[in-house]
Amino acid sequence: MSAHTQHKSNTKRIWLVFVYMSLLTIVEVVLGIIKPDFLFHTKIGFSIFHLSLLNWIFIILTIVKAYYIMWAFMHLEGEKKSFVWSIAGTMSFLIVYMVILILIEGQYVFDVINSPTDGYRWIF
Amino acid sequence: MGATVDSVATKQKVWGGGANVKPFGASYGKMMMWYFILSDSLTFCGFLVAYGFMRFKFAESWPIADEVFNHFPFMHGVDAPMYYVALMTFILIFSSVTMVLAVDAGHQMKKNKVATYMLLTIIGGLVFLGSQAWEWKNFINGTYGAVETRGGEIMHFVDADGKKLALADFADTSVHRDDMALKRNDGAWFLGNKSTTSVSLNQVIAGLEANPDVRIRTQYTVPGNAHEKIILSREESLARVGDFNYVVEGASLIRNEFGHKVFANLFFFITGFHGFHVSVGILLNVIIFFNVLLGTYERRGSYEMVEKVGLYWHFVDLVWVFVFTFFYLV
Repeated sequence: MSAHTQHKSNTKRIWLVFVYMSLLTIVEVVLGIIKPDFLFHTKIGFSIFHLSLLNWIFIILTIVKAYYIMWAFMHLEGEKKSFVWSIAGTMSFLIVYMVILILIEGQYVFDVINSPTDGYRWIF
Repeated sequence: MGATVDSVATKQKVWGGGANVKPFGASYGKMMMWYFILSDSLTFCGFLVAYGFMRFKFAESWPIADEVFNHFPFMHGVDAPMYYVALMTFILIFSSVTMVLAVDAGHQMKKNKVATYMLLTIIGGLVFLGSQAWEWKNFINGTYGAVETRGGEIMHFVDADGKKLALADFADTSVHRDDMALKRNDGAWFLGNKSTTSVSLNQVIAGLEANPDVRIRTQYTVPGNAHEKIILSREESLARVGDFNYVVEGASLIRNEFGHKVFANLFFFITGFHGFHVSVGILLNVIIFFNVLLGTYERRGSYEMVEKVGLYWHFVDLVWVFVFTFFYLV
């Protein structure tokens, strides 16, 4: 048997997390449909993380949802700490590393493409 | 050597094998499922990063998601941006919840409850898959139609008020088409017709020139306002007619009527790859569902198998949450 600390029903917490997930999704969708001008046009962040406030909200809410799915639904909270770190730590590190690298490279490509090149338009 | 020998008296520091000792405290199957999930999510991460790269490289000419994904079933012609994909997200989250409830019932060894919740999960998965297929169908068939220029740009058409026009709305169909596909008696060996567009390029051009209200809406966003695309004046629109090359309706892996060529390609690839994972998930759930009904896990004494496929199903949900955010929202 695996490391379960309780056999009593967990349904209350499950439904509670479902409510959180639904609320987060509804907020994301409403913001995505309305796209309030203030959030859309205000850009914050530094260097390669310079995104509009709206995009920051989407990304943060998505990470919160991912946390809830992994922690509560996939029951990572019930596993041994070392096991959790071997998954969550590896995943987080590699994904964050890749995103940072691609943002840096993307910024470079963007600068090259948008520097004046006398009439060439890049379509690929 | 240590496979069958495991006694407290000779507590070894090195694991000699055997299921009595569990590295990380997790069973073999569960650990392997987690590591598979880890690897697969990195694959999806790679694809999404590639999408992000292309999308921001062509940020000024990328289609506006609200204008592409605005269909809702049984509401033909109604502009419903994002509602259906939000519903799909909700369905998948709900099927994840029923899956967790099945796992939870498994911990309490309640066979019938497990079966019920697994059935609900399977149905939720099938509804999601059907919805995704419906979205693909709308995407492939297209809405308004567009024209591609010799340089590869996509041109849409609007009327004087800026309202989008379908090609059929203004194309002059009284003009004879000059692009009819070859028919069976045109050659010695006939395999089939390539499907043609509903109107031909010369009909579109004739319609554009005859109707003084029609203008071109380019694929480029207004500088400083990513909500809107640049609309050319009547004179500028007429001046671009010489560049028209193809009529594009719907979407394929090569070109699409919505904007940059790679937009549809990436959409099909990433959502298709995800849909493939959902299909496999449904298949696994069906197999485990039948095993539950047959009492396999009652005999085994543990519903851990339900938990393992549950992990896979949640992974599929997790990926969708990210795909949804980066494709439709950002």
